[in-house]
Amino acid sequence: MRYLPKSPADREAMLKAIGLRSVDDLFAPIPAEYRLTRDLKVPRQMAESEIVDYFRQRSRENGEGYTSFLGAGAYFHYRPVIIDSLISRGEFLTAYTPYQAEISQGTLQSIFEFQTMICELTGMEVANASMYDGSTAAAEAVMMAVRLTGRRSVVVARSLHPEYREVLATYATHQGMPLSVAGFGKDGRVNLAELENSITPETACVLIQSPNFFGTIEDVKATAEIAHRHGAMLVVSIAEAVSLGIVEPPREADVIAMEAQSFGVPLGFGGPYCGVIATREKYVRQMPGRLVGQTVDKQGKRGFVLTLATREQHIRREKATSNICTNQALVALMVNIFMTVYGKVGLRELAKQNMAKTAYAAGQFAKHGKVLFGDAPRFNEFVVETSEDPHAINSRLLGHKIVGGLPLKKFYPELGNAALWCCTELTTRISIDTAVGVVAENEGSEPSPREEAGVVEVAR
Amino acid sequence: MKHTTPKATRHVNQNEGLIFEKSSPGKAAWKLAPLDVPEVDTSKLLGSSERRDLGNMPEVSEIEIIRHFTRLSTWNYAIDLGMYPLGSCTMKYNPRVNEAVARVEGIANGHPYQPERISQGALQIFKTLSECLIEITGMDAITLQPAAGAHGEMTGLLMVRAYHHAQGRPRKKILIPDSAHGTNPATAAMVDYAVENLKSDSRGMVDIAALAAQMNEDVAALMLTNPNTLGVFEQDIHRIADILHAKGGLLYMDGANMNALVGKVRPGDFGVDVMHLNLHKTFSTPHGGGGPGSGPVAIKKILEPFLPTPVVVTKPDGTLGFEYNRPQSVGRVRAFYGNFGMFVRALAYIQANGPDGLRQTTEDAVLNANYIRKGLEGTYDLPYSTPTMHEVVFSDKLQARKGVRTMDIAKRLIDYGFHPYTTAFPLIVPGALMIEPTESESKEEMDLFVEAMKSIADEVEEDPQTVLDAPHSTRVSRLDETAAARKPVLRWKPAV
Repeated sequence: MRYLPKSPADREAMLKAIGLRSVDDLFAPIPAEYRLTRDLKVPRQMAESEIVDYFRQRSRENGEGYTSFLGAGAYFHYRPVIIDSLISRGEFLTAYTPYQAEISQGTLQSIFEFQTMICELTGMEVANASMYDGSTAAAEAVMMAVRLTGRRSVVVARSLHPEYREVLATYATHQGMPLSVAGFGKDGRVNLAELENSITPETACVLIQSPNFFGTIEDVKATAEIAHRHGAMLVVSIAEAVSLGIVEPPREADVIAMEAQSFGVPLGFGGPYCGVIATREKYVRQMPGRLVGQTVDKQGKRGFVLTLATREQHIRREKATSNICTNQALVALMVNIFMTVYGKVGLRELAKQNMAKTAYAAGQFAKHGKVLFGDAPRFNEFVVETSEDPHAINSRLLGHKIVGGLPLKKFYPELGNAALWCCTELTTRISIDTAVGVVAENEGSEPSPREEAGVVEVAR
Repeated sequence: MKHTTPKATRHVNQNEGLIFEKSSPGKAAWKLAPLDVPEVDTSKLLGSSERRDLGNMPEVSEIEIIRHFTRLSTWNYAIDLGMYPLGSCTMKYNPRVNEAVARVEGIANGHPYQPERISQGALQIFKTLSECLIEITGMDAITLQPAAGAHGEMTGLLMVRAYHHAQGRPRKKILIPDSAHGTNPATAAMVDYAVENLKSDSRGMVDIAALAAQMNEDVAALMLTNPNTLGVFEQDIHRIADILHAKGGLLYMDGANMNALVGKVRPGDFGVDVMHLNLHKTFSTPHGGGGPGSGPVAIKKILEPFLPTPVVVTKPDGTLGFEYNRPQSVGRVRAFYGNFGMFVRALAYIQANGPDGLRQTTEDAVLNANYIRKGLEGTYDLPYSTPTMHEVVFSDKLQARKGVRTMDIAKRLIDYGFHPYTTAFPLIVPGALMIEPTESESKEEMDLFVEAMKSIADEVEEDPQTVLDAPHSTRVSRLDETAAARKPVLRWKPAV
């Protein structure tokens, strides 16, 4: 076995040194009736070349070569190549959690920089590094608000990612946290009157997402005023991190629960991603997850350590703020490198390109279908309602090697034949025109000459 | 400092400030392709939602970023540099083919919501890995959704809760041995169970009499790590399971130490009802400085209705798909389907090993731990003489007489070119030194480790101050953790 660094003679010598005759003696503590006396039924040992072939084959069966208009909490942005060059360094890749600070300064300093940049982008004062993903970060942020307010119930916007809502429901059920849901209005934003009516003196927090699941930017300020007026906290979930380059961050929030996948993390069929919680300094001791702090060594030299560990499970056990231990550190490093590459100017320009592509696409789709929620600003997603079932449209699009928007009926039956489309800086005008052309095939309205050009291109 | 080591030599490494300290306006490491659609007026589109300023985000060039992170990386210890014997963490070699296959295009860029008919590759990986893990654990079904071990614990206990609820007999508490990982009680609290501690006996195992006395109809489950955190196999495991089952309780196994068992014994065969695995321990996915992990939960048939949604199924037409309609499910524990990239790596590891390699791996892991035990017995106090599986726990009792504690020895080990072992855990051993070499260490590397540990023990006798002041060879000396916690500085700010 090529990963094992011992010769048969080494094993012999070691057994002899221990004073045993055979390897079986090492397993004597296991009662004989339970010992496995056969081979495991798993695939036979494969050569590296065979393993690579196996996964290349799986890759070909997995949408390789398709252009996609899917977003909905997982976004296809360009990943600068230096991300993988740097995270592949064994000193980052194969290190453990930096408990031994003197030989972990690389990881610790990079986390400190990550925390700083997340604070800069979100407008918060402290950020952890990291939570499992955006959904569990949102659930943990809500539990944090419950601890901080001493109240137990939660009001959740229906425009929050439906799977985030499901995860929160799972976490909340056994915490005895009642959830109520506030619907959305004609502009796709949370219905503020309904939201306010749902708040009770027991409401610990209001949880919204911005840009929300439909890509619409919520009125965070107004939501915060309502929540705070009733003594509740405001938790804002951000699923599309690139929006922070051009959209004002939810500074009025008390806690931000973020999914940073957009910042240089591969789609990877849904994970691993990178959740983050950011908040005010005064709430830090109720925050879950690891934190890195700056300090000095015995000579007064700057260094970094894991800090405020008394919140954590390995110290506090059942009284900890969370059970989280292993987090998403290497993914946070990808995010860190991405933020460093784009920086102060690049993130804004990147976000602007996303908006330009999306504005163009929404304009084109509007000629054939109904683009919903146009009255509020959006970032890089929009909802198109068609007379035809979007599943049927998507089937035709697959023939053009295009994955169309996400049909919303499963999550929002009330939206009927609506689908959620996403454009990023990587979406080309040609693919937009092609998709619009395919949508137009069974829609009533007259395509403009520009869309016809798109259709013609497909026909060739 | 008369003691030297053949393992390591000091060498120059580069200083490097914070990235913000290198930033200046006009530098850039990015370039966007020209827009092929009209530009937009973002102020008009966004109105008051438009952001005007990105604060202190850095502006640096690509070469500076490369040097920055490369320099930082050289300040880390890593498995790739040498033995990393953190007990309970299973710091084994992370094969590079795992990384290569996780980056193949359709695997790296697959969208979680792409249609099932163009997701058969990913679904096949789910299915094959699930079948392998079910076979390895001897269980009946599995969910791959939990993102880490502790997340798996939560998922497992949610299923336990749902099971008792479905039986019409909700229960109140979870029994947890005093040797358990901190995540176990923290998890029980998260799913609103009371935690009741269970004492270990003189062999470091579950005290059967105490268990029998504490077990009643209020107990939902026992959370047991096996081998436990002393590296000891719970020999009375069948009696433990019987005691629980007789009163309707379930046996939860924390699979953190599964590296001692793969291919030799299966938890499903010795009475476990629900368990989690750590793909980032046993199945070689990299720790990456703290994550990502993956914590699949394997279960017996009785818990199957409660699995998180969705579940991968074979459809009537023979293709694979996700099933969402599971009325008794505990619900989702995470968006999408779990840390898929880790599934890819774990499956590649299983394929590289095959049944013979997996068994040999386990044998080598146990052989290595016993070799270290033999090498250090007598030099360090061994509080439990019970046979060792994959890790061995010593105490600092002999060295404490000179005022040297486990953390001091650990820090001195750094000067000898090794990463320290796990300190001060498990809690039932005061001043614990918890050593898990894994199968990835050669005899030579372990001989150097034993030599280093013996040399430190000598230093404790001759010159304890050298050990107390360690490390001496790192770029920073011991850091002031108290100051860090008292006045937390958790982000950089520009000088005013």
